[in-house]
Amino acid sequence: MLQIRCPWCGEDRPEIEFRYAGEAHVVRARLPADESDAAWAEYLYLRTNPKGWHAERWHHVHGCGRFLNAIRHTVTDRIAVTYKPGEPRPTIDDQQGPTP
Amino acid sequence: MIEDDKGPGGNRFRTASGGRIDRSQPVRFTFDGRAYQGYAGDTLASALLANGVHLVGRSFKYHRPRGIVAAGPEEPNALVTVRRDWRRTTPNLRATEVEIHDGLDAVSQNRFPSLRFDFGALNDRLSPLFPAGFYYKTFMGPERFGRGASGAWARIYEPVIRRMAGLGRAPVDGDTDSYASRHAHCDVLVVGAGPAGLAAALAAAEGGARVMLADEQAEAGGSLLGAPDVMIGGEPAADWREGALARLMSFETVTVLTRTTVFGAYPDHLFGLVERLTDHLPDQGRGVPRERLWQVRARHVVLATGALERPLVFPGNDRPGVMLAGAAATYLHRYGVLVGTRSVVVTTTDSGYRIAADLAEHGVRIEAIADLRGRAGEAAEAAARAAGIPIHGGVSVLGTGGRLRVSSIRLALRDGRRERLEADSVLMSGGRSPTLHLFSQLRGRLVWDARHHAFLAQDPLGGVSLAGAATGLVEAPVDDAFESGTAAGVQALAALGMSGVGTVALGASMQSLPPADSVVPVAPVARHLEAASFIDFQNDVTAKDLRLAAQEGFRSIEHIKRYTTTGMATDQGKTSNVNALSHVSGVLGRPVGDIGHTTFRAPYTPVTFGALAAECRGTLFDPVRLTPIDPAARERGAIFEAVGPWQRARYFPKPGETMHQAVARECLAVRTSVGVFDASTLGKIEVVGPDAATFLDRMYVNAIASLPVGRSRYAILLNEAGFVIDDGIVSRLSDVRFHVTTTTTGAARVLAHMEDYLQTEFPELRCWLTSVTEQWAVVAVQGPRARAVLAPLVEDVDLAPDVLVHMAQTEGRVLGVPARVFRVSFTGELGYEINVPAGYGRAVWSALLSAAERVGGTAYGTEAMHVLRAEKGYIIVGQDSDGTLTPRDLGLPVGERKADFVGKRSLSRSDMLVTDRPQLVGLETEDGRVVLEEGAQITRDSAPAVGTHAVGHVTSAYHSAVLGRSIALAVIEGGRAHLGETFHVPMPSGVIRVKVVSPAFYDPKGGRLHG
Repeated sequence: MLQIRCPWCGEDRPEIEFRYAGEAHVVRARLPADESDAAWAEYLYLRTNPKGWHAERWHHVHGCGRFLNAIRHTVTDRIAVTYKPGEPRPTIDDQQGPTP
Repeated sequence: MIEDDKGPGGNRFRTASGGRIDRSQPVRFTFDGRAYQGYAGDTLASALLANGVHLVGRSFKYHRPRGIVAAGPEEPNALVTVRRDWRRTTPNLRATEVEIHDGLDAVSQNRFPSLRFDFGALNDRLSPLFPAGFYYKTFMGPERFGRGASGAWARIYEPVIRRMAGLGRAPVDGDTDSYASRHAHCDVLVVGAGPAGLAAALAAAEGGARVMLADEQAEAGGSLLGAPDVMIGGEPAADWREGALARLMSFETVTVLTRTTVFGAYPDHLFGLVERLTDHLPDQGRGVPRERLWQVRARHVVLATGALERPLVFPGNDRPGVMLAGAAATYLHRYGVLVGTRSVVVTTTDSGYRIAADLAEHGVRIEAIADLRGRAGEAAEAAARAAGIPIHGGVSVLGTGGRLRVSSIRLALRDGRRERLEADSVLMSGGRSPTLHLFSQLRGRLVWDARHHAFLAQDPLGGVSLAGAATGLVEAPVDDAFESGTAAGVQALAALGMSGVGTVALGASMQSLPPADSVVPVAPVARHLEAASFIDFQNDVTAKDLRLAAQEGFRSIEHIKRYTTTGMATDQGKTSNVNALSHVSGVLGRPVGDIGHTTFRAPYTPVTFGALAAECRGTLFDPVRLTPIDPAARERGAIFEAVGPWQRARYFPKPGETMHQAVARECLAVRTSVGVFDASTLGKIEVVGPDAATFLDRMYVNAIASLPVGRSRYAILLNEAGFVIDDGIVSRLSDVRFHVTTTTTGAARVLAHMEDYLQTEFPELRCWLTSVTEQWAVVAVQGPRARAVLAPLVEDVDLAPDVLVHMAQTEGRVLGVPARVFRVSFTGELGYEINVPAGYGRAVWSALLSAAERVGGTAYGTEAMHVLRAEKGYIIVGQDSDGTLTPRDLGLPVGERKADFVGKRSLSRSDMLVTDRPQLVGLETEDGRVVLEEGAQITRDSAPAVGTHAVGHVTSAYHSAVLGRSIALAVIEGGRAHLGETFHVPMPSGVIRVKVVSPAFYDPKGGRLHG
């Protein structure tokens, strides 16, 4: 079971307090009506699905109730950093991550 | 030195002294119904061996007689069932780990009618017919029985094979024992309390760390428990062990857990431990949990898990009496038991010589050491010669003799001569493999080390130290284990930023491997003898099976494992994996290191479901939610149903009524008089803030921003893909305060959905969401007499039809209780939903029901509610919609005048605009007495060809009392264009003709709502 640092609570908490909420930094257009069908379909359905570091959202649903972002390695499961929604995606030095 | 005075079978193989058993405390137990005596401190295995019992089981596939092989958790053969009573029976326990106590009742497994005479042994005679992959190849047909789950395999072969090839039987009835669980945190978790683990725990504790030390055995000490002559730091090992334990116990920061297996390592250093609390006690500790599950989060872990000895692969190596040499030494020194009186030691290691000399010194006649290698180390050989043991080097084993117990062994000597030796035990010394299961589960990499003929931990892993034999110090003196343990403890402290008092250089444990004890790879077996040479004892996999798999083209060890089932039994290949790899390596002509190893998976040894479930059983397994009105409904004799986590009253039968009769009566009462309904389970969210209206306007299809204070609106919630996910009533209590309802099962999901948008897409909006589901009890009063029932009971509420109009709401008092009164209807009748603080719910429901009954009204349940809403064509999200329907499909508003809301953009995607999307319609059967089945498929033709695409399905179907006929809702492709047309519902009993109609069956103009 992962330990996830909630950037709102400032605590490392067990994974069962959180619910996964999909890829992060997928931004809803301010005016969806202006989006083309193709662009809207991409927003709805296409995700990066990387092997490696992945920016994703978690919901501290059984804790403070806030959403947060995490950079997790999809092979090792290691979470390098968590941060609040709206903050820029941190860059992760690949060397620091454990090798798969 | 064997006691001779105990009569037949009575501890004839017990030594007069020595070992950790207590000869003053005899223990009586039974095995297969026969009484035996052992001593306190015995395991079932040691006590049986002391009584000369080697035959303890029949093998999995061939039902071959099998004996005790090991002395620890790696035991592959000696699996027994322990019966405490008819509900508390535990199968597949390793006899080497079962502690005996007075009254222990153990039985052998997988034999019929008895262990000594077993019909299943016929399989052994037929073994040439059961090659690797036998099941896959043989049990394929005949096709006329169909394929897959309904095919011949599932119906005929599998049940028979499962009966024949089996382990113990799981008990059928519920487990009456209780189990506990605990969460814990520590700085350093030390796994294994042998010399290395004790030293590591001491070093870490001295440095101030919070330490947990866990060991699977009854006592801490590991190898020290069976090593009487060993000295540590100048004192006898036993004394050092006592001192070390006492010192550890003196720290308040140290927890020592015995009978506790660390069975799994999980991400971020979470470890699963199971502590066995009562199985070893004669009275099973009444009132005490049987086992405790620990979930330990450790900052650092020291793996002092030791090493497991490997058997050797030769023909007849599975006969009872053929066992591990190290196990024989353990039985002698820890339990005071000789596993035989005449032994042959078959070895590929020097430690085999030492054990032979040791046993000889204690009175065992060692007929020979048969070394499969060319030559041994000089010291080892000298020791054996001094004990007068004949030594044969460079031999191969041709076979063993004996039926239920080994009686001889046949050797081919180096000079070509053959020799047959009488022996009641054959001891195998094939080298030892570090126990790296947890290291591997932690994603540590293992590399093949040819010198040790074993997999060793490759790179250091963050937060993990290894100590003792687990590092590869498998044949090293105890002092080395002690030193490596201390180093690991100090390393743990350093990693945690604490300073230790030890002086051992960091990392020593990972680097200072001594020269390997000249272990050689498994000696190849002559091809024609492979069929009798067992590699995986528990799953009955032979050397021949592995060769066959390789010959048939399997190359990956993971595939070979699955094809042959080697390493897949309950022991997960503890004794067999390295031998299997070595053999496959030989067959394929590739180095073992290139073949790699199979995945180590938790649990290390089997864990009971009871421990994993712990307290989460019975009513705590999936706790139910009850409304405040629940006790009153029960008093009224309601029949309940589960709705999500809730228990809801389904109907209120009068004496002698069927459900059908009760529901019809309740429905008619609502249509003609008044009904009272508990709607407390509806999800309720209060949305408050200056931007609350804007926020809700963006969330719901319907216009909320323009909703006046005091008014409510039916509202539909979509996901961003445009599909309906929930519906409810949005009521504006003030400019900045809304009361929003959700479906019963959607409450948590809707709140999360709203929070998601509020926090991440619209963070600029100032509003707050609060779940108030449990704060309000809700009583619906529905029917033409609802106003009359309510009027005398309200204060400060004007119920006048032109004041509190349909979809208006107000606050006041009902029965003197503060209330939010909503004029809403899910029945199509004049209706109110009275919200009162939850604590008043029961009293208000009861009083309103009494008032209703005085005018011919009644309580109604969820079943009547379903019928009433279906008569009106009102949908239930999740029943009439399934997550793939848009509001347009359901005939609901699509928010065309609004610029944006969640899901709006998707409603104009091209696929959402095609005309043959599924659409909600009503169905009337030609014969009004026929009620359709929910979920039934709908076709155009009356006799569609097989494979014809169904054009829709029935979503709701009931008998309507007020209409005097059946009704149904359905989704049909382009359904609204087919009103009045006939479709067909093919059922096993025949085709049902149905007419497509509007879903609003009753009062389609809605006049009754406004009564």
